[in-house]
Amino acid sequence: MGISGACRDLTILSVTPAGPVGGQYGCYYLEFDNPGLAPAVAGQFVMVRPACFGSDPVWPRPFSICRLTPDRLTLFVQACGRGTDVLCRLVPGDRVTVWGPLGQGFCLEPDTPTVMLAGGVGIAPFVEYAATHPAQHNLALVFGHRQPLSCYPFSELSQVVARAEAFEEKTPDDLPNFIELLEKTVAEYAGGLIVACGPRPFLLTVARLARRFGARAQVSLENRMACGVGGCLGCVEKNALGQYVQTCTEGPVFWVEELSLSEDA
Amino acid sequence: MSADTSVRLPGMHAKNPVMTASGTFGYGMEFAPYGDLRGLGGIVVKGLSLRPRTGNPMPRIAETPCGMLNAIGLQNCGVEVFLHDKLPRLPFAETPIVANLYACDAEEFAELAGVLSAAEGVAALEVNISCPNVKAGGIAFGQDPAMAGKLTEAVKKRAGDKPVWVKLSPNVTDIVGVARAAVLGGADVLTCINTLTGMSVDIRSRKPRLANVIGGLSGPAIKPVALRCVWQVCQAVSAPVIGVGGISSAEDVLEFILVGAHAVQIGTANFMRPDMAFRIAERLPALMDELGIKNLDDYRGTLAAG
Ligand SMILES: Cc1cc2nc3c(=O)[nH]c(=O)nc-3n(C[C@H](O)[C@H](O)[C@H](O)COP(=O)(O)OP(=O)(O)OC[C@H]3O[C@@H](n4cnc5c(N)ncnc54)[C@H](O)[C@@H]3O)c2cc1C
Ligand SMILES: Cc1cc2nc3c(=O)[nH]c(=O)nc-3n(C[C@H](O)[C@H](O)[C@H](O)COP(=O)(O)O)c2cc1C
Ligand code: FES
Repeated sequence: MGISGACRDLTILSVTPAGPVGGQYGCYYLEFDNPGLAPAVAGQFVMVRPACFGSDPVWPRPFSICRLTPDRLTLFVQACGRGTDVLCRLVPGDRVTVWGPLGQGFCLEPDTPTVMLAGGVGIAPFVEYAATHPAQHNLALVFGHRQPLSCYPFSELSQVVARAEAFEEKTPDDLPNFIELLEKTVAEYAGGLIVACGPRPFLLTVARLARRFGARAQVSLENRMACGVGGCLGCVEKNALGQYVQTCTEGPVFWVEELSLSEDA
Repeated sequence: MSADTSVRLPGMHAKNPVMTASGTFGYGMEFAPYGDLRGLGGIVVKGLSLRPRTGNPMPRIAETPCGMLNAIGLQNCGVEVFLHDKLPRLPFAETPIVANLYACDAEEFAELAGVLSAAEGVAALEVNISCPNVKAGGIAFGQDPAMAGKLTEAVKKRAGDKPVWVKLSPNVTDIVGVARAAVLGGADVLTCINTLTGMSVDIRSRKPRLANVIGGLSGPAIKPVALRCVWQVCQAVSAPVIGVGGISSAEDVLEFILVGAHAVQIGTANFMRPDMAFRIAERLPALMDELGIKNLDDYRGTLAAG
């Protein structure tokens, strides 16, 4: 078994565009061989730094573990800026430094009806969650997306879980309908477990609904991170007592009642 | 054959010149999974205040070309928690642990120095008179030579036998003036430099990238500024200088020693990869061998005239 935390210099095996036509939607699967990483809990993440970053950008980039087995690490990455653009253009054989698994993952309760609420690329950690869940018949997925469904690992997931529903937000006018679907789902799972990952506004909605229905819910935050290991205090979030907690070590997954979430991040 | 990397500083002996910079290495243990802390020349911990501090609102970090801005605002656990919960876990017998101090006025600085001077396992006190991210005190102390001198004196009086390091700000017209004042005030060592004040904005949202608007710039982008400051200060004072600012390789370490630094601190580069400081410390002897440098004392300050 690998050592938790130690930096590994890994080789990229493949970079595969997801979606209908050759990568036009910017979503990619990145596969690494022989990661030598310690076993992960779904929701944990890795920091990634390709050798070609050099001195710029200075920060590595955090990504949820999409799938980790003893001989493969898979990340699901959306190219949305200078770091992810570089990552998604790497070719097999390129060297990348990776460290992790980092942070706290999602809670996994085999006997509790559990719904995974995913928004866009926030679906990534649920591939690992579903794959490692011992009672997949207790799992449901509600997925909101803006790009074609085939850009995401949705069909793999829908094959293993008991129920899966996708909602395409074609225009901003669709948002109220999606929120309605979330509301219905949170109400239904108020006695179960809700695990959510996606953009901040989406997580704020989930948190608000969970409070309203008294549901047990966890959200995974995507705060800006510099170090990923608790060294810089840059990634903080306000907890319920108004103190700052580090998202990289105390999160990225939090129970919603632990936090007092605000719009800024 | 391997080069001698050891460094002598007032009141302490470091096995190599590679230390970590305050605020970029947590309280030390965060980085223990990535290397042997005993392999470092020293560890300077996150800035400590008498009482815990919450720090600034988020977002408090932003990336810039070859660097970053931070406005953490000295969030820290307070000196008591540090001494009881953090320090005992560090290998202080083998690696010098340096406490970085922050306070709002001279009395508070002195009180903090008093608490830390009694602590076993703290090798030196690094006085932060140069933080750009706090309203009271901070950088203002480090911009006025008279104030910097007085503050150093106040700390030195209460520091017992612990060496006092004073950390200088580059955000001044004349860093040498402040350096001289700190040495006159009793500074045993000068740390050079803290972050440069900077700013970053988003033309779409029309918002600053930091909630605090202004932050401290660090990383490879500031290395030439840091090198210049270290060189100027080394020319002017005889106290040992510790170079910090944008160092991310063993080659960078030698650049700072060449212009006169006794040791260096690795800051933002620890974020590039958490084993960075360990790797630099490991690589240094081989690089010295390559360049025919037997020990650092012979190499220090040997920059040829321009
Ligand atoms: C714990 C965690 C897990 C994540 N998992 C995944 C994942 O599985 N797949 C994936 O594609 N992305 C994931 N992200 C987001 C990913 O880290 C960012 O998209 C990436 O860092 C952006 O880098 P960039 O250089 O391309 O963007 P930049 O050029 O730096 O910025 C482009 C845009 O991205 C935003 N951004 C910058 N950093 C982050 C960040 N850390 N999180 C979100 N947005 C950011 C910026 O504000 C800006 O609007 C995760 C983030 C965290 C913290
Ligand atoms: C996130 C962050 C937090 C910092 N916190 C402190 C601090 O608490 N006290 C201090 O004296 N300097 C602090 N600094 C400044 C660094 O110790 C160092 O002087 C500066 O970053 C320049 O070095 P670098 O370019 O190698 O990072 C901080 C820097 C960063 C990036
Ligand atoms: S990213 Fe540095 S403390 Fe969390």
